[in-house]
Amino acid sequence: MYSALQGAFDPALVALVAALVLGCAGIPGLFLRKPGSGQILSALVTIPASLAGVAASLLLLFSHTTATYVLQWNLPFGPCDLVIDPLSAFFLLPVFLVSAAGSLFALGYWPAAEHHTTERGLTFFYGLLSSSMAILLMARNGVFFIMVWEIMALSAYFLLVTEHEREDVRRAGIVYLIATHVGTAALFVYFSLLAAQTGSFLLPAAGSFSALSPFASLIALSAFIGFGAKAGIMPMHIWLPSAHANAPSHVSALMSGVMLKMGLYGIFRTLTYFYDPPLLWGTVLTVAGITSALFGIAFAVAQRDMKRLLACSSIENVGIITTGIGVALIGVSSHNTTLVYLGLAGALLHILNHSFFKPLLFLGSGVVIHATGTREMNLMGGLGKGMPRVALLFMIGSVAICGIPPLNGFVSEFLLYLGLFRQLNADSLVYLVLLAPLLALVGGLAVIAFTKLYSSVFLGTPRSSAAVHPHEAGLTMLVPMAFFALLCLLIGVAPQLGLHLVSPAMTSFYPELASTGLAAEYGVIMGWLSVSGGLLLAAAALAALLWMWRLGKSGVTSAPTWGCGYQRGTARVQYGASSFSELAVSVFNGIMRQRISRPKLAGLFPGAAHCCEAPTETILERIIVPLFTIAGVSFAFLRRLQHGQMHLYMLYIFVTLFIFMLWAH
Amino acid sequence: MTNITVINGTIHIFLALVMPPLLLGVIGKTKAAFAGRVGAPFFQPYYDIIRLLQKGTVFSTTTSWVFRAGPIVALATTAVAALLIPFGAHQSPISFDGDMILYAYLFALGRFFTMSAALDTGSSFEGMGSAREATFSCLAEPTLFFALITLSRLSGSYSLSNMLVNISFGVWLNNGAALLLLVGGMFVVLLAENCRIPFDDPNTHLELTMIHEVMVLDHSGPAFGIIQYAAALKLFVLGAFFVHLALPYATGNPYLDWGLFIISMLELAVVIGIVESVMARLRLIRIPQLLVGATILAAFSTLLVIR
Repeated sequence: MYSALQGAFDPALVALVAALVLGCAGIPGLFLRKPGSGQILSALVTIPASLAGVAASLLLLFSHTTATYVLQWNLPFGPCDLVIDPLSAFFLLPVFLVSAAGSLFALGYWPAAEHHTTERGLTFFYGLLSSSMAILLMARNGVFFIMVWEIMALSAYFLLVTEHEREDVRRAGIVYLIATHVGTAALFVYFSLLAAQTGSFLLPAAGSFSALSPFASLIALSAFIGFGAKAGIMPMHIWLPSAHANAPSHVSALMSGVMLKMGLYGIFRTLTYFYDPPLLWGTVLTVAGITSALFGIAFAVAQRDMKRLLACSSIENVGIITTGIGVALIGVSSHNTTLVYLGLAGALLHILNHSFFKPLLFLGSGVVIHATGTREMNLMGGLGKGMPRVALLFMIGSVAICGIPPLNGFVSEFLLYLGLFRQLNADSLVYLVLLAPLLALVGGLAVIAFTKLYSSVFLGTPRSSAAVHPHEAGLTMLVPMAFFALLCLLIGVAPQLGLHLVSPAMTSFYPELASTGLAAEYGVIMGWLSVSGGLLLAAAALAALLWMWRLGKSGVTSAPTWGCGYQRGTARVQYGASSFSELAVSVFNGIMRQRISRPKLAGLFPGAAHCCEAPTETILERIIVPLFTIAGVSFAFLRRLQHGQMHLYMLYIFVTLFIFMLWAH
Repeated sequence: MTNITVINGTIHIFLALVMPPLLLGVIGKTKAAFAGRVGAPFFQPYYDIIRLLQKGTVFSTTTSWVFRAGPIVALATTAVAALLIPFGAHQSPISFDGDMILYAYLFALGRFFTMSAALDTGSSFEGMGSAREATFSCLAEPTLFFALITLSRLSGSYSLSNMLVNISFGVWLNNGAALLLLVGGMFVVLLAENCRIPFDDPNTHLELTMIHEVMVLDHSGPAFGIIQYAAALKLFVLGAFFVHLALPYATGNPYLDWGLFIISMLELAVVIGIVESVMARLRLIRIPQLLVGATILAAFSTLLVIR
C-alpha cells in the first residue's frame, strides 16, 4: 500500500506542508475584521492539515523510511537539512493530534465573542507553537534548531501570558521565560560543543561518535540541562506548575501533552549520537527520572488548584518516561537487549499515552473552569450531575493517568516494570529492580491525587455557589475530549497496537533490536493483557446486568445521604479536596510541605477564625528565588548597560559581532 | 493433560466463587469461641449475602453513576485477580509473564472506584474513610512489590503461578530468613488490605476510626451484598497468596492438593480470627508506622535474596 501511495504523494512532503500550514493558520485572523472568523478559519485549516500530517507520519513510521530535504539558505552555518526519520515521525504524532484537538476545543472554550481582545493573538501563537514543534522535529542543523526552539519557547510564552492583566499570570510568565532561557543557554553550549566535535552545525548521524571523545560528557550534560529544563525533569521543573496552571486550558494541553516531549525528543536525539554511552549516563537519567516521578506526584497530592495538580502530575509522568530512557540506556551500556527493548518501549509508549490522557484532562479542566470560574478544588463539587458527559470522559482520563488497567497508562508502566523484573535474573545490575517498589509507591500516590481531583470536582454536592449551576460543554469541546478518551481505551484494550506504533522508533534508536524476536515475545504478553482487560470489562458488564435485573425486581428508593442522625448537614461538612489529602500529606511530610496558618483559639467561646493551608514550592521559594535576589544585588552595576534604548542595544550586538569577526580572522 | 487442566480450572473457578464467605464464617466462629460464645453458624455470611441480594435499595439523592459503579468494579477486579492467583499447588487459569503487576494494579482499580463511590455520597464520614484507605493502601503497595521481587528472584520466573507454586520446604530450608521476613510483611498487608483488626474493625460501623466499613455506609441491599461478597473474595485472593508463602505443602496428587489448599485457607481464617480476638485495634496514627515497618521487612527479604 505504501508504494502505491508513494507514487501519488510523498508523505514526508505532506508532513512538512502540514507543519507549515499549522503555522500559517492563525495569520488570516490577525487581519479579518469580523471577530471569531479567524478562529473558525484556523480550526478549519488546522484539522485537515493535522489529519494529513498524522497519516503521513504513520506512513513514514511504518515504512521505516528516512526522508531528507535541504533548505536553501545563505547563512554561514552550513547546509540546513530537514530530515524525518522514524524517531521524528513518532514524535510528530502527538504534535498533530493535540494541535488539531486544541484548535477545535478553542472554538467553544475561548470564543471570540467573550475574548475579542485576546482571541486573535491566542489563535496566531497557538498555530505558531504547533508548527514550530513539528519543524523542530525535522530540523537537523544546530543553528536552525535553536531558531525554531526559540520560536517555540517564545510563542509558548505569549500563549501563557494571554491573561496578562492578572498578577499571577505575569509572574508565571517571568518564571517560565527565565527557566526556558537558562535551558536555551545550555543548548547554545550544546550546539557549539557539537560543532567543535564534528566540524559542522549538522547534527551528527546516529552512532557516529564515541562517548570517550573529549567533549562527549559536556555535550551530554548540556543536553540534560537544556532539554531537561524543557521537559520538566527535577530540579529544572520550577517553571512548570505555575506555567501550566495559568495558561488557557487548550494551551496547557499543548504545552503539557506535547511541548514537554520536545525536551524528551532532544534527549533521545542526543543519545543516538553515541555508540557507547557509559553506565553513568543511564544511572543519572534513571535517578533523575524516579526522583521527578516521586516528588512530582507527591506535590500533586498536596495541590488545591486543579490545573496545578495536573501540571505536577506532568512532572511525574516525565519522570516515569525519563526512568524508562535511563533504564534503556543502562541496557545499552551493559549490552542487555531485553532491558533496552522494555525500557524504550515503556518510555516511548508512555510518551504517546501521556499525550492522550493529559490533554484530555487539561481540556476537561478547561470545561470545569469555564463553568465555575475557579481553579480551586475546595470550591467545587457535584459537577458530575450538570455535566455527565464531561464527568465520564474525565473519569477515563483519571483512571488512565494512574496507570490502572484496562486503560493505556497501565500498558506502558507494565512494560517498564517487566523490564525491571527481568533484570532480576540478569548477570549484573540486579539492584535496578529496586525501582519497582518506588514506581509502585508513585502509582499509589497517583491514585490519591486523582481520586482527590475527580471526587472533589465532580462528586458530592457543590461546596460553593460557583459550582451550583454547571452546564454541559458544547460539541466542539466534547468531541476532542471523546477522541482522546477513545485513544486511551484503544491502546488499553489493544496494547499490541501501541507496541507496533513504538517499534519503528525503537529500532531507529537502537538498530540491534530489529533482529531479535522480542517484538513477537512481548506481542504475546500484550495479547494476554487484552484478554485480561476484556475479561475485566465482561465481568463488570455481567455484574452490572445482574444487579440491574435485581434492582428492577426489588425496588429502589431515593433518600438523602445518611448523616449518622445529624439533621443539619450542609455541603460544607463534606470532605473537601484538602481534607482528603491531609492524612497523606502528614504521612509524607518530608516530601510535600504545606504552609499552614492556624489561628490561636482562646477562651471558652472563640470567635470566627481563619485557617489556611497552602502547598509550597520548596525548590523555587527556598533556593532559586534567594539565589536570584543575591544575583540581582551583586550584579546591580551591570544595570547601567540596560537602559531601555533600543538603538544602543543593536549597537552592542553589532560591535560584538564585529569583534568576533576580527578574532576569527 | 488438557483434561487435568480443564478440571483444575473448573475447581479453581468453583472454589473462588463459592468458598470466600466461608472464611468470614470461620473467622466469626473463632472469635466467638475466644469470647466464650456459640457464635453464628459457619454459613452465616452466605445467608447474609443472599438476604441482602433480595432486599430493596436506597440510593442517596446526592449520588451519581460512580456510586453505582463502585461495587461492580470492586467485584469485577477481584474476580479477575482470582483468575491470576494459583490456588495450592495448581497453576492458575490465566498465567503469563508479568501477571503479578496486573494483579497488583487490579486492586488499585477496585480501590479507585470504591473510594470514588464513597466520596460520591458527599458524607464526611465516607470521605474520611476513603482518605484513610487511599493513604494506607498506598503505603502497603511497595510491600507487595518487594514480596514479588523476592519471589521472582527465588523462582527465576515472572508469573504468579510459577513464583508461588515454586515455594516449597526446600526453598524454606535455603532461604528461611528471607521467607520469614516476607511472611511477616505480607501478613501485615493481608490484614491491612482486608481491613481486619488491628487496622480496622469490620464489626463497628459508625466509629470515626473506621476505614472500609465507613466507606460503604450508604450502600444498601444488593449493592451491599456485592460489596460483602467482593470483600470476602479479596480476603480469599490475598489469603491464597499468603498461604503459598506460609504453608507450602504439596503432595503431588492433584486432588489431595486441592484438599490441602482448602484446609490451609481455613487455617488462615482461624489465625486471623485469633489475631482479631487477642489484639485491639491500633490507634490511627500508629497504622502508617506499622505499614512502613512491613515494607522494611519485605525490603530486607529482597536484599537477602538479591545480594
